[in-house]
Amino acid sequence: MRKIVIDPVTRIEGHLRIEVLLDGHEVKEAKSAGTLFRGFEIILRGRSPVDAQQLTQRVCGVCPIAHATASTFALDAAFGIGEKVPDNGRILRNLILGSNILQSHILHFYHLAALDYVDVAAAADYAGENDDLLAIRDFIARGQLGPFLPRYEGDYRLPKELNLKATADYAEALRIRRISHEMLSVFGGKMPHQCGIVPGGASNGPTASKIASFLGRLDTIRRFINDKYIPDVFAVAGAYADHFAIGAGCKRYLTYGNYDQAPSSAPLLGRNRLLAPGIYADGKVGKLDIAQITEAVTHSRFEGNGPLFPHHETTVPQPEKKGAYSWLKSPRYNDAVYEVGPLAAILVNYANGNPVVTSLVDSALSAAGLQAEALSSVMGRHLARALHAKITADAMFDWVGQLKPGEPHCAEWTIPAAGDGCGMVDAPRGAVAHWVKIREHKTANYQLVVPTTWNASPADDKDRPGPIEQALIGTKVKDPKNPFEVVRIVRSFDPCLACAVHLVTPKGEKLGEFRIA
Amino acid sequence: MAEVREYPAVWLQGGSCSGCVVSVLNAVSPNIRQLLVDPVVPGRHVSLRFQPTVMAGSGEVALSVLPGTEADKGFVLIVEGSIPTANPHYCMIGETGGHELSMLEKTCELASRALAVVCVGTCSSFGGIPAGAPNPTGSKGLRAVLAERGISVPVVNIPGCPPHPDWFVHTVASVLLNGLPGADALDDVGRPLEFYGRTIHEQCPRRPDFDAGKFAKKHRDSGCLYLVGCKGPVTYADCPTRMWNSGTNWCVGANGPCIGCVEPSFPDLLSPLYEKICEERLPRLACTTRS
Repeated sequence: MRKIVIDPVTRIEGHLRIEVLLDGHEVKEAKSAGTLFRGFEIILRGRSPVDAQQLTQRVCGVCPIAHATASTFALDAAFGIGEKVPDNGRILRNLILGSNILQSHILHFYHLAALDYVDVAAAADYAGENDDLLAIRDFIARGQLGPFLPRYEGDYRLPKELNLKATADYAEALRIRRISHEMLSVFGGKMPHQCGIVPGGASNGPTASKIASFLGRLDTIRRFINDKYIPDVFAVAGAYADHFAIGAGCKRYLTYGNYDQAPSSAPLLGRNRLLAPGIYADGKVGKLDIAQITEAVTHSRFEGNGPLFPHHETTVPQPEKKGAYSWLKSPRYNDAVYEVGPLAAILVNYANGNPVVTSLVDSALSAAGLQAEALSSVMGRHLARALHAKITADAMFDWVGQLKPGEPHCAEWTIPAAGDGCGMVDAPRGAVAHWVKIREHKTANYQLVVPTTWNASPADDKDRPGPIEQALIGTKVKDPKNPFEVVRIVRSFDPCLACAVHLVTPKGEKLGEFRIA
Repeated sequence: MAEVREYPAVWLQGGSCSGCVVSVLNAVSPNIRQLLVDPVVPGRHVSLRFQPTVMAGSGEVALSVLPGTEADKGFVLIVEGSIPTANPHYCMIGETGGHELSMLEKTCELASRALAVVCVGTCSSFGGIPAGAPNPTGSKGLRAVLAERGISVPVVNIPGCPPHPDWFVHTVASVLLNGLPGADALDDVGRPLEFYGRTIHEQCPRRPDFDAGKFAKKHRDSGCLYLVGCKGPVTYADCPTRMWNSGTNWCVGANGPCIGCVEPSFPDLLSPLYEKICEERLPRLACTTRS
């Protein structure tokens, strides 16, 4: 057996270490490990509950809006105002969240994932008129190629003209993702880390000038998604068609859904969402019962073995715990391993016949000549993410038209002496949940269960590997010195490690303490 | 092609959320493509050899570009994120040759050989949110860590949670053109006065509301946000005039009170973020350092 350690795994968010054991060329064992701990939940205790909306965004600079959203849902519920959020406030929250999902998906495909497939060096003798490619050509000629070299070498399969197109689109995508942040800041103030999503709704209301400023940018981004992003995913998928057959993983999926269509204080059930929450396993879609979420810490750098109970005040980090290899814990649903992310959202909503999803997925599958099963793969995750972006951008266009200048955008609230709330939403990388417990007007406890904790989790108390680990096991690595397959599988999950490492997280049955519809 | 001189740079991430690098991706002029591949000022290009969020290589291939030997000195070290000091395992940044590298160890080693260190963001400058009470990981800003270890190297702090891309990019340009900023170009906590020289309050478009006593009662109202928690009077940054996201907006423009995210006192002494600042603290808040 030969061990490959990839540490750091770059082009993700945060600190991830991957270890695989190879038997010949086949992965027999895999370990996924988070290597940074900050202790956000501990820092949040004793502070003003509304500060969570600002502070939890700093959990992740790539997907802060999902944390702002989950925390304000939790605060709405704890303040008892979830049903009172005015339509303008609800829609503005959706627009701010949608803006960042577009930013994140575009960033992920082009700037995080693409360099595993696209050979930027193809621009070395470029003779056309694209300014970005000419600049890259001159850069290559100067011979200092960081941060694009060194890299794994070998398996770059795109024909030259597609390498050039994808490289030009990499540069254009840098501008498009910047425009997504500009669009977000129209109502969010600034980005990363906005101030527009607040308990009760949004901090500022729509005006004609803000609507126009938002819509012009949305149009630019939407055209890019339709004309470049989706075609580029298909082009890469065409050259790497075998990547529809690797990295399947646990094949069970879980999503909290996205984009409220009506105000609510409920964590999930009772919330009407454009993309519905649910689970998908063994070919069947099911309702999500959050009481079935448990966590183990057997191989995590925390005291104990798990599963942990909420408000377990004695839980402490144990950096050098024997047998532990990660700062991530192992969330499980109904005693099984589940994957989260855009693929989960697409598969759940495809299986439950959501009209926003079915025709789009059917036409994508037909264009690629694939069956739905092929989506459970490296390339399936990229395709699902691109479709998720398109669904989001199209819906945002409609929502902007529903904004009503001059009407309320935020409900009144005061911080209660005591209250409990839970907020759940899909971040760009999948299911994120926040729980807040308010006592004496302060945050008595705050808990997060986030997407990459699910996906990059270590083996649990029954030694079942996490989703990324399962996706790696059984993979054939053609060239162990340049293990493209390993990093492509890992990156297809769009890991976000800063989010994933958390101290106190809930076990199912105690969730009854929170407001659950 | 005109002669272009290369200036190597290495960017490490510690206790960070990656918000700082994502903010730098939002740079407008020069934009990020220009910053990566073109000369930032005539004849001078920043060769960003190591940056975990964007670099092509992974694992040992990636780490191989870190300046390895004692003789390897001609580089600038850029640091994002806090430095956890309570235990090295709180932030490990890679493994090479079977040896695991901690953020603490590697940052100190590289800082001791670097031409200069640029701390991007409030976490690497002052500790930031990871160092918020009760500071579970013993997180510190880099300047404090280096001082404790007697490592002497020029440090420029570009705080902000995250910093505005211009603050970082224009500081880089200034270093390439003029060399390191002199003591008179930095404030007492190592920030370039060009960007951090005046308070938000001095430059705020809602200052006339403050002067006229027109105060917002809720932070989503119009009027001066002072009574609902704005930390503009003790926060030194040019957000009101520079604006964010290509000049689109800024916090107060969206009725969000300034939370003082560029200050050494962020977040603890500026909390609660949405309550009026404690006035007796005013004179000392802006110059309080956590270390």
